[in-house]
Amino acid sequence: MDILIYGTINSVALALMALGFALVYGISRVPNFAHGAIYVLSGFITWTFLRGLGLNYALSIFLTMLIIGIFGALLYQFILIRVRGIAISEIIASYAMGLAILEGLRWGGFKGMSYTLPVFAEGSILIGGIPVDYQRIIVVGIGGATVASLWLFTHYTRLGLALRGMAQDERAALMLGIDSDFMAVVAMAIGAMLAGLAGILLLPLGNIVVEAGYNVLILAIAVCIVGGLGSWMGAVLAAFIIGFAQILTVVYLGSHFQMVVALLAIIFTLILKPSGLFGMQKQLEERV
Amino acid sequence: MVNTEQFRRERLDRGIKIRTDGLYALMSWRELSYLTLPRLILIVGMLLLPLIVPGMYWQKVVTILCIYALLAISFDFLAHYVGLVSLGGAFFIGAGGYLAAILNSTYGFPPILTIPIATLVGAAVCTLLLLPCLPLRGVYFAIVTLMYPLVLARIIEALDILGGTDGIVGVDSFANRWVEQYAVIAMVLLALFGIRRLVNLDIGLVFRAVMDNDQAVRASGMNISYYKAIAVFIGSALGCLGGACLVHIYMWCGISLFALDFSILPIAATVIGGSGTLVGPVLGCLILVPISELLREFGTLRIVFYSLILMGFIVFRSEGLMVYGERKYHQFQRWVKV
Repeated sequence: MDILIYGTINSVALALMALGFALVYGISRVPNFAHGAIYVLSGFITWTFLRGLGLNYALSIFLTMLIIGIFGALLYQFILIRVRGIAISEIIASYAMGLAILEGLRWGGFKGMSYTLPVFAEGSILIGGIPVDYQRIIVVGIGGATVASLWLFTHYTRLGLALRGMAQDERAALMLGIDSDFMAVVAMAIGAMLAGLAGILLLPLGNIVVEAGYNVLILAIAVCIVGGLGSWMGAVLAAFIIGFAQILTVVYLGSHFQMVVALLAIIFTLILKPSGLFGMQKQLEERV
Repeated sequence: MVNTEQFRRERLDRGIKIRTDGLYALMSWRELSYLTLPRLILIVGMLLLPLIVPGMYWQKVVTILCIYALLAISFDFLAHYVGLVSLGGAFFIGAGGYLAAILNSTYGFPPILTIPIATLVGAAVCTLLLLPCLPLRGVYFAIVTLMYPLVLARIIEALDILGGTDGIVGVDSFANRWVEQYAVIAMVLLALFGIRRLVNLDIGLVFRAVMDNDQAVRASGMNISYYKAIAVFIGSALGCLGGACLVHIYMWCGISLFALDFSILPIAATVIGGSGTLVGPVLGCLILVPISELLREFGTLRIVFYSLILMGFIVFRSEGLMVYGERKYHQFQRWVKV
């Protein structure tokens, strides 16, 4: 029972971490290696508003999301757009950006155990005899709501449809008058906000540490590869596979092996079905 | 300021460049020196480097610089001649380093044996571990290589094998510091000119073909994965060589061998020095390593510093210093009326 409950919670957490990465890659084909850094950065910005400036928790979350969204848009507009389509440069530029943020935070003194965000609601309830704290239930709730609203957004709004159109065929989208550069900026902003949302939801469960940035990046990439790069539904399904696999390893082997599970998942996927469970990139499979 | 409405910049090869392309290079001392002087400056400069830097501390820096240069050459070779972007230089360093340390401290092999064995065996291990990802291109390969050093460090920490977090202490050092310095400098020069020669051989052409159009290579009846495996073996051998030397220099081996520095600095050096030139990465290391050494007291700010340099160069000046220098050396430019 506890495997089921904590597996679900872990899976939703993974899905939250990976959605932003999957979205940005799916739409603009830019692998955002600064994803983990944005995740941690949002935690620190919220902390600064909350503890440094003494603002209301809800207000600081709102401001953080706004800032992170703008930051993502600027990052794309001024840096990534110049290297778009050059695979090596995309990876190196976004990875360098992420490193600069993370190591900058570390240098700025944000390390150790003293930086924590408060949980949204104290206390816990019993589900099937297992105590689960409210924060984790909120994570599952908001995670589900995010996936649902993303689906609605991309299927029923003009902007969302334009984003999907661009993801499917950029040339055709351009011919129909969709500004692909602007759409990519929007996608990056949404992706950054999703990373920020994941950070704000998940960081209260532990300390804000810089290392989390690297772990989140790796987990997000693992989920996206297993699910198939560019496929959101695949990412959600893969999050459940990896999430449960991780919880099973923690229960039967020990918590040190969580990362190894992610790596093994990537390697097995790449060997067995390189385009992932629901890979959009059929040409990849042909090329392999 | 020239009016670019009416004028265009035209670049032409210098006469001496054209004369030295063929057998006429042997015509006079001027042509000969035009060809050999840049290479001689590099070789003599590298050899003199330990003698001209002040003090033992900076001599140590020169040695570390050479390790980074080996890694940078390996990155440049894999990324720009085979098309495999490896973000995990630390993985190669760690594999070579740990092997050398184990061979030395457990089995008592002297450095002269551990370094070649660690290089070859380490490269074989790296190639074997990367084998499943070899059919992949671009992003995927980069992702997997990025994960390997992090995960290996985690495994060593978790299982408490190979010395765990304390590392392996008491590794033998080189006979003396001059041997140490000139050994690594000689290795860098050998690696540099060796890889330059290699990429112009037939197999180098195949490597480049794999990068440019792997389908064409397949259509010619060649096995892409086989050639990629050879390239990864060569690239990782350079990295493992660096790692093996590093543990003998530090006389210690631990999970800091998997540190990010080893992954990011060689990439930054390659981008700054000039991608795809092989000399560029060495030049980039000559610039970056001393700067990062001067910034040592700022801690992790160094990483911020060279990530920002890296980003700036890759976005705004992606050709790098060496390509720029070569162009100035071989060509002149003038304004012509349209």
